[in-house]
Amino acid sequence: MIQSFGWQSVQFLFHGLVWTVGLSLCTFVGGGIFGLLFAIARSLGPNWLRALVAGYIQLVQATPLLIVVFLSYYGLSFLGFYFPPLAAAAISLTIYATAFLADIWRGCIEAIPRTQWEAADALALSPFQRLRYVILPQAFQISLGPTVGFMVQIVKNTSVTALIGFVELTRAGQLLNNMTFQPFHVFLTVAAMYFVVCYPLSWWSEKLKERKHAGTAH
Amino acid sequence: MPALRIENLKKSYGNVPVLKGINLAVENGDVVAVIGRSGSGKSTMLRCINGLEPFQEGTIEVVGHKLDQSRANLRELRKEVGMVFQSYNLFPHLSVAENITLAPRVVKGLPRDEGSALVREVLSRVGLAEKADAYPDELSGGQQQRVAIARSLAMKPKVMLFDEVTSALDPELTGEVLKTIAQLAEAGMTMVLVTHEMGFARRVATRTVFMHQGTVWEEGKSEEIFTHPKTPELKNFIAPDLK
Ligand SMILES: Nc1ncnc2c1ncn2[C@@H]1O[C@H](COP(=O)(O)OP(=O)(O)OP(=O)(O)O)[C@@H](O)[C@H]1O
Ligand SMILES: [Mg+2]
Repeated sequence: MIQSFGWQSVQFLFHGLVWTVGLSLCTFVGGGIFGLLFAIARSLGPNWLRALVAGYIQLVQATPLLIVVFLSYYGLSFLGFYFPPLAAAAISLTIYATAFLADIWRGCIEAIPRTQWEAADALALSPFQRLRYVILPQAFQISLGPTVGFMVQIVKNTSVTALIGFVELTRAGQLLNNMTFQPFHVFLTVAAMYFVVCYPLSWWSEKLKERKHAGTAH
Repeated sequence: MPALRIENLKKSYGNVPVLKGINLAVENGDVVAVIGRSGSGKSTMLRCINGLEPFQEGTIEVVGHKLDQSRANLRELRKEVGMVFQSYNLFPHLSVAENITLAPRVVKGLPRDEGSALVREVLSRVGLAEKADAYPDELSGGQQQRVAIARSLAMKPKVMLFDEVTSALDPELTGEVLKTIAQLAEAGMTMVLVTHEMGFARRVATRTVFMHQGTVWEEGKSEEIFTHPKTPELKNFIAPDLK
């Protein structure tokens, strides 16, 4: 069935965009929760745990995201755990985002000067209180820019899940192109939609980084 | 019972001994100045007292809380010991009032509505009553250091430790901080202060300890130490200040 690119096509792509954004949000929330735990474990845990988390981060960062996606979709179903494309996509993106966010946030935690830890210790704060009231709030401020910047990567990288048939924006574009044979219309619209989501995030990320340099933190 | 007792404190970094068996007792209300050359172990000793540095041998005892290399009792001891650092180390993301009330709230369970009275009380003791809502980066170095003293006071410590708290300050700001410390001394606070301000040590400290090569080389009443030093090392050390 050949149809031509029109309003309905835009609606179809928009539907894909909604899935892209939804998957991005899931990834950010999942990656955020595990990333924070991993970042804390990586910078404060006992040695064996630090090594374990460091290994995880290095392994995931050295693996193409597409391979992680294939592993969770084809690999796990081969072992008898079948996940539908949406679940496999969310799992693999969370694995990926956890590694990167943990690494970003570990850097932010370790950027807080030794002297701040000591001041908290000298005031008899427990290790948890020290983290909760002194270290993490400061680390949070410096992490905002890079974190928002990484959200752009998440949004763009959701596109690899098209390869396991999850119909997000990129896959929607592919399908539409098969129906219309108008690749420029289709993929320029797809690109524009990515841009509309990603550009404000990039802009915001830069703003947050500038604010950090200006040194007004409160 | 002394407010602070250090017995046979030994500490080394790797196999380099830095403290070689320190013994020191500080009575209630004593102000002890610690002087000595760079590298003699003054800061290390002070940091061992509140457990910022682990040590290999000996004990530290503050009002009945005993600390040894096992580091049990660490937090109990820290609740009784205030520490003021050379670089102030205020929490930059918190206002002056929040800096002051954080530890009393979370460590000692101070009710929220008693916070502002505490802030007023300790800030007035350092002469900064009007700065409760400022952030650290809006204050001068001298003011930040006085807020750091106030933050420490807010925990109602039995002993306060000061590590060269004026060395990061411009000379014209040193005076205001020294004055604050002198007032605490008059009010009867027990203090151990590492300092390079010999005149101040002599005037304010009841006792002075001269550290040399990781040991307490000579100690006594400040007046004695500065007017009749016994060891050649101490004579050499304070010679320029006697002229
Ligand atoms: N983290 C460390 N690792 C290894 N050696 C250290 C460390 N900290 C201090 N030292 C060594 O321990 C010794 C005592 O240092 P300390 O800082 O206590 O001296 P200090 O008397 O306070 O000197 P200053 O007057 O310069 O502050 C020095 O020889 C120093 O090089
Ligand atoms: Mg020192």
